[in-house]
Amino acid sequence: MTMHDAIERFVHDGDRVSAACGLEARIPFAAGHEIIRQKKRDLTLVGPISDALYDQLIGAGCVRAVEAAWIGNVGTGLGHNFRRAVERGDPHPITVTDYTNLTMALGLRAAAEGVPFAVTRSIAGTDLAAQQTVFAPVADPFGGEKLTAVKAIPLDVAIVHVQRVDDNGNAHVFGNLGTTHESVRAAKRCIVTAEEIVDAKIIRSQPNATIVPGFLVSAVVHEPGGAHPAPVLGVHERDHAFFEAYSEASRDLAAWAAWRMQWIDGVSDRAAYLRRLESRP
Amino acid sequence: MTASPRAIMVAAAARQIRDGDVVFVGMRLPLIGFAVAKLTHAPNAVGFFENGLIRETPAKGFVVTMGDGPNVSEATSATTLVDVMGMLQAGRVDVGFLGGAEVDAIGNLNTTRVGAARLPGSGGGGDIAAHAKRCVYIMEHERRRFVERVSYVTSHPSGDVTLITTLGVFALGNGSPRAVSLHPGVNERNVQEATGFAIDFAGVVQTAPPEPAETVAIAAADPNGFWTNEGA
Repeated sequence: MTMHDAIERFVHDGDRVSAACGLEARIPFAAGHEIIRQKKRDLTLVGPISDALYDQLIGAGCVRAVEAAWIGNVGTGLGHNFRRAVERGDPHPITVTDYTNLTMALGLRAAAEGVPFAVTRSIAGTDLAAQQTVFAPVADPFGGEKLTAVKAIPLDVAIVHVQRVDDNGNAHVFGNLGTTHESVRAAKRCIVTAEEIVDAKIIRSQPNATIVPGFLVSAVVHEPGGAHPAPVLGVHERDHAFFEAYSEASRDLAAWAAWRMQWIDGVSDRAAYLRRLESRP
Repeated sequence: MTASPRAIMVAAAARQIRDGDVVFVGMRLPLIGFAVAKLTHAPNAVGFFENGLIRETPAKGFVVTMGDGPNVSEATSATTLVDVMGMLQAGRVDVGFLGGAEVDAIGNLNTTRVGAARLPGSGGGGDIAAHAKRCVYIMEHERRRFVERVSYVTSHPSGDVTLITTLGVFALGNGSPRAVSLHPGVNERNVQEATGFAIDFAGVVQTAPPEPAETVAIAAADPNGFWTNEGA
């Protein structure tokens, strides 16, 4: 399936979407940019961390709410579009629910396992714990110790970028896995974007590496370079300079609009983006 | 050659790692501190990264994020966030590294919001502070960051906190804040003027600058000085 068709069919306005399972690696930037081109609206973005992709989706006006552990630009720090949305309501106000990495992963896992909450010892004594819609004190029923319950975090769509996948969506993932297991299983639908489509025999030759079982997958998109500028182990390194250029451009609205035209709205698809990347002076 | 303030901070961070420690490493200067410790006095330290990595060797080259190829390449294990942070919660981590926009006298950190300014948030910080037996914070020493009480508690430490700043090394969390050592050229007045809470200077010494082996290790871990050449 093309990226255009996968996003058109399986990402709907108002959906709860996660494109953040790798934290810094394998971030599905190509899918995020197609979401921006198709002007999806009122999305709830779910983390834990999506390097700078969520900052771009927020700046493009696709987002109504963010539930995450960290929103910014990992190499440089602050997310300028995220800040404008929270501090000034530009392009429109968003709500933010703050998690830690572990509490977010446990909430996703609870959803993946079909239970209403997870328990943790994290966040006691912090101001995160005051967010009563998602955290609540709970006593150990076997001993009475005070813990924190983390409400399950269900998703409509999980989007993951992987090294290789077969036609049925069975995907091999290499490198650090972040919340890949939990995010895919917490979602009603899953879009897999992949560097390579391979024969099912290759997937079955190494079943321990099959992190995404195909029966959970709604769409398989062959999208080489689909995570750039995020790193993909064995394929390409992180493009630090590209992240830094985005950080600079996103500091003000005019430069962000120009950056967005150059790299998102002004290219038809990822292949065109990669041609533009290669032809840079 | 005089060591840069950041090289002094990295060496001080490396010395917080004991041989055999399980270390929750994090980003930026602690990445270099972990590498320096591994290459000098703590060859048996084990590094945890919240993206799901366990490493027993320094990164294989320059890295900006923990997910970069050189930090994944030759890792001991590439696993899940829940696996690594679950072991953290279970008490298996000896020392965890953190940073923040604000720190207070009892060791709370704020990485969420200051006034109207929205910051990126906890990441793994809130979990590391809650569960690591010892925490080490690395921060720029500025009065606006060193406050009596942080305006938002993102991370609340359960163990002892060592604070390594551009001015010195401090102990928080166990009684009143105490200066352990001040970096070369820094005096008590410099520190108190840059700090919004009272500090006890009894017994303070000078931070030992990087030893030759540490300087060599810093050069190996940060060959172009990206992390360690800047001044304070």
